[in-house]
Amino acid sequence: MQKLDSKIPDGPLAEKWKNYKAGLRLVNPANKKKLEVIVVGTGLAGASAASALGELGYNVKVFCFQDSPRRAHSVAAQGGINAAKNYKNDGDSVFRLFHDMIKGGDYRAREANVYRAAEVSNDVIDHFTAMGVPFARDYGGSLDTRSFGGVQVSRTFYAKGQTGQQCLLGTYSSLSRQIAKGTVKMFPRRDMLDLVVVEGKARGIITRHLLTGEIERHAAHAVVLATGGFGTVFYLSTLGLGSNASAAWNAHKKGALFANPSFIQIHPTSIPVLNDYQCKLTLMSESLRNDGRVWVSKEKGDKRHPTEIPEEERDYYLERRYPAFGNLVPRDVASRAAKERCDKGYGCGDSGLSVYLDFRDAIDKQGKKAIEDKYGNLFEMYEKITGINPYNQPMRIYPAGHYTMGGLWVDYNLETTIPGLFSIGESNFSDHGANRLGASSLMQCTGDGYFILPYTLSDYLSDQIRVPKFRTDLPEFEESEKKVKERIDKVLAVDGSQTASSFHKRLGKILWDHCGMMRNAEGLIKGLELIDQLEEEFWKEIKIPGGADELNHELEKALKVVDFFDVGRLMCEDALQREESCGAHFREEYQTEQGEAKRDDANFAYVAAWEYQGPKAKPVLHKEPLKFEFVELKERSYK
Amino acid sequence: MEIRLKIWRQKNAHTKGKFETHHLKEVSPEMSFLEMLDYLNTQLIEQGKEPVTFEHDCREGICGSCGLYINGRPHGPMQHTTTCELHMREFKDGDTIVVEPWRASAFPIIKDLVVDRSSFERIIHAGGFVNINAGCAPESNSTPVNKIISDRAFDAAVCIGCGACVAACKNSSAMLFAAAKVSQYALLPQGKVEAAERVQKMVKKMDEEGFGFCSNTYGCEFDCPKGISVDFIAQMNREFFSAKVCKPKAE
Repeated sequence: MQKLDSKIPDGPLAEKWKNYKAGLRLVNPANKKKLEVIVVGTGLAGASAASALGELGYNVKVFCFQDSPRRAHSVAAQGGINAAKNYKNDGDSVFRLFHDMIKGGDYRAREANVYRAAEVSNDVIDHFTAMGVPFARDYGGSLDTRSFGGVQVSRTFYAKGQTGQQCLLGTYSSLSRQIAKGTVKMFPRRDMLDLVVVEGKARGIITRHLLTGEIERHAAHAVVLATGGFGTVFYLSTLGLGSNASAAWNAHKKGALFANPSFIQIHPTSIPVLNDYQCKLTLMSESLRNDGRVWVSKEKGDKRHPTEIPEEERDYYLERRYPAFGNLVPRDVASRAAKERCDKGYGCGDSGLSVYLDFRDAIDKQGKKAIEDKYGNLFEMYEKITGINPYNQPMRIYPAGHYTMGGLWVDYNLETTIPGLFSIGESNFSDHGANRLGASSLMQCTGDGYFILPYTLSDYLSDQIRVPKFRTDLPEFEESEKKVKERIDKVLAVDGSQTASSFHKRLGKILWDHCGMMRNAEGLIKGLELIDQLEEEFWKEIKIPGGADELNHELEKALKVVDFFDVGRLMCEDALQREESCGAHFREEYQTEQGEAKRDDANFAYVAAWEYQGPKAKPVLHKEPLKFEFVELKERSYK
Repeated sequence: MEIRLKIWRQKNAHTKGKFETHHLKEVSPEMSFLEMLDYLNTQLIEQGKEPVTFEHDCREGICGSCGLYINGRPHGPMQHTTTCELHMREFKDGDTIVVEPWRASAFPIIKDLVVDRSSFERIIHAGGFVNINAGCAPESNSTPVNKIISDRAFDAAVCIGCGACVAACKNSSAMLFAAAKVSQYALLPQGKVEAAERVQKMVKKMDEEGFGFCSNTYGCEFDCPKGISVDFIAQMNREFFSAKVCKPKAE
C-alpha cells in the first residue's frame, strides 16, 4: 500500500515556501538543454508552465487537442483573478486571502499549499501586467479591482467580463514567444491517450493525432499534466465540449492517485436547459447576484408570466433563508437552495427547472443605465441565447456543473504519486478544498505554472542530467501503444446504433440525479448500478461512423465516454465514503435541522486519495489527514 | 420548424468538395445553430452515414473554434455573434440555409467545414508578444496607464482568432487580425518598447502566409463577431510606416 507523503515543509506558514524554495536543487543552464519535459494542456496552467520552463532553457514539448493553444477553456472564465495586493487599502493580505480560501473550501484543503497560492498571487498580476494584459484601470492609471463572491475585501482584478480570455491570451503570448525561440515545440490537435511509465518513473505519453489518426510516442524526462477539470462528466456543464478526463484518468490507471473526485462545484447561475439537443450550459457571472434578486412563485407549478406574479406572491427564498448574506451566499449554498425549491415543485419555466433572477428593483433604484454599465455584455449574451430581454423580465437561471476541486493527488511539489509526473491547475486537487471561491482558479493555474512548478520540477530534474534522452522504442512504449490501439479497435468494432453523445447524455443524467448537488447513500449505490448497466449497453450499442485513421470526432467522443464511466463510478464511491457534508459535497443524511451542511471534522478532515485496482475492481482508499495549525475550524454560517 | 440545408462536404484537402442537401424536420427555434448541426449529425449517424465535421468547443462565443460561412456571411446573419451563439429563431420555417467553410488560400480545408488556421499561429509567433520572462516584472502600479488608452488596448485584445475577418474579405486579408494584436501592444507602455520591430515582423509573416492586402471595404469589421474596429488597421499602418521611416529595421 502506498504511503502518502505530502512533503509539507516545517516552519511558520509564511516562511514555508521561501525556505523550501531556497533549499531546492537547481540544474546548470548547460544541462537544461539536455532535459526534455512534456506538458499536456495549454490553458492558463499548461501555457504558463511551458513558457516558464522554456524560458529556463529546458526542451519542452506541449500538447493540446484544439487547433491552437489559444482555445483552451481557461478562455471562458469571466469574472476575474484574485491577488493580495491590498490596492484598495481595505485590509487585505496574503494571510487573509489564504484564510478566505481555506474557509471557502470548507476546511478540506492543505494549509501550506493554499498559503503558497496566495503568496505568489501578486507576482502573477505583475507578470500579466508586464506582458501587456489589459486589466481594468482607474482614471489615475492604476489597476482597478472589484469585490467577488462573499469575501469582505476588493481583490479581484478583471478585464470586463473576459478576464479568462485576456489572461489566457497573455499566457498564450508567452508560449508563442518560446515556440518562436525554439525552446518549446507545439503539438496541437493531439489527444493524450496514455502515460508511459518506465522503471517507475513517468517517461512519456502516447497521443493520437486527431487529423491523421496516427498513434504517436513522445518521450521526456518528466511529464506535466495541465489538462483541466472533468466537469463535462455531467454532459451538460459550463465547460467547453472538448474538455475531458482522459489524460488524467489514464495517468490514474498507471498509478497516480486521484483525490476527492466527488468535490465538484455546481455553479448556481447558468442559463437553464432550453431544448432537448442542448449540450452546453452557459454561465451567467456570479457578479449578477450583487444586484439581481432570486425568487420563485409561492404557488406550486405557477405558469403565469413572471411579470404577472404580484410581489406578495413571490418567494425570495435566499433572502428568507439567509438574511445576513441574502442573494450573495456562496455558490454551493445558492445552488442547493435553487434545487430545493424546484424539487418541491416551485420552479419556473416549462420544465419547472429554473428560478428567476430579477433586476426589476435594481433598475428602479439605480436606473437602467447603471445596470447596463455593470452587466451590459451579460444581458446581451442572455438575450442572444434565450431571446428574452432581461431588462423587461427576469432572467431564468439554474445550477450547472462547473469546476472540479478534486483531481490528481499531488504533494507540495505538485508531483503525483508517480515520480516524474506532475499535475497543475484544475487537474490537481490541491488548493480549493471542497468548494472553490470565485476568481481563485485563474490565480492558482498561473501561480502553479509560472512560479511554483519551475522550481519544484527543476529539483526533480536535477538528478536526471545523466539520463540520456529517452528512446521511444522501449518495450514500455510498445506496450502502451498496443493497449491504446486495442482500445480504439474495441470501440470501433461494436458497430451498434447509438451515438457517443447519447450515452454521454444518459451518463450525465445518472450522475446529476445521484451524485449531483445532493447525495445520499441509497442514491449513490443506485447510481453505481445504473452506470454499470449503461456501460454494458454502451459496449453493445455504440456506433462510430468512419475509421481510426482520419479526423473522426465521433471516435474522439466515444473514447472520452469510456473513461467517463470510470470517473463517474469513482465520484460515487468517493461521495459514498464521505459520510459528512462539506462544501459542494452535500449528503442528505448529514445536515442540520435547518437543512445546512454538517461537517464532521473528527472523522473526515482528510483528503480521500484513490488507488486504481484494475477494471471493475474496487479502488483502494488512502487518507491524507489534514492538519490545521494556523486556522481554527469553524462552521460556515451565512444566516 | 423545417429547414433545408445546403452544406459543404469534402473528404479531405486533396479531394474535390461539393454541396449536399439535407431536409431537417422538427427543428426547434430554441436550438443554437451548432445544436441544429448536432441534430443533423445524430440523424446521419443513425442512418449509417458520415456526420458533417465542424469545429467547436466552448459554445459561448469566446474560444474562436467555430466559424461557418452561413448564407454568404461569416458566422451568419447576426452581427457581433459567433456561429455557436447564433440560434435557429433567427431563421424562418422553410428557409434554405447554405453552410460553407472559410474560403481563403491561407486557410486550406481539412475536412468538410474544418479549415487549417495555423497561419494565424505563425503570425503570432512572428512577434505577437512582449519579450519578458517570468520573474522580472516590476510592481504593476509602478507604470500608470491612461484609462482611455488601456480600454482601447482591451478593445483590440478581444480578438478570438476565429478568422471571420479573413473569410469576410474579398482579398482574404488578415489585416484586422494582425492589427488588433499590433495595436494592443503598441498602445500599452509594456509593449511599446518593441513596437517597431513587432509590426514589421508580423506584417512580413502575414504576407508570407499568403493573406491579401487591405482595400478598405471594412467587411472585416462588419463581420467580426467581437466588433473590432478597422481603426486598428489604420493604427497598424501608421506603426508600420513610422517603423520603416525612423526605427531600426527588423532582421
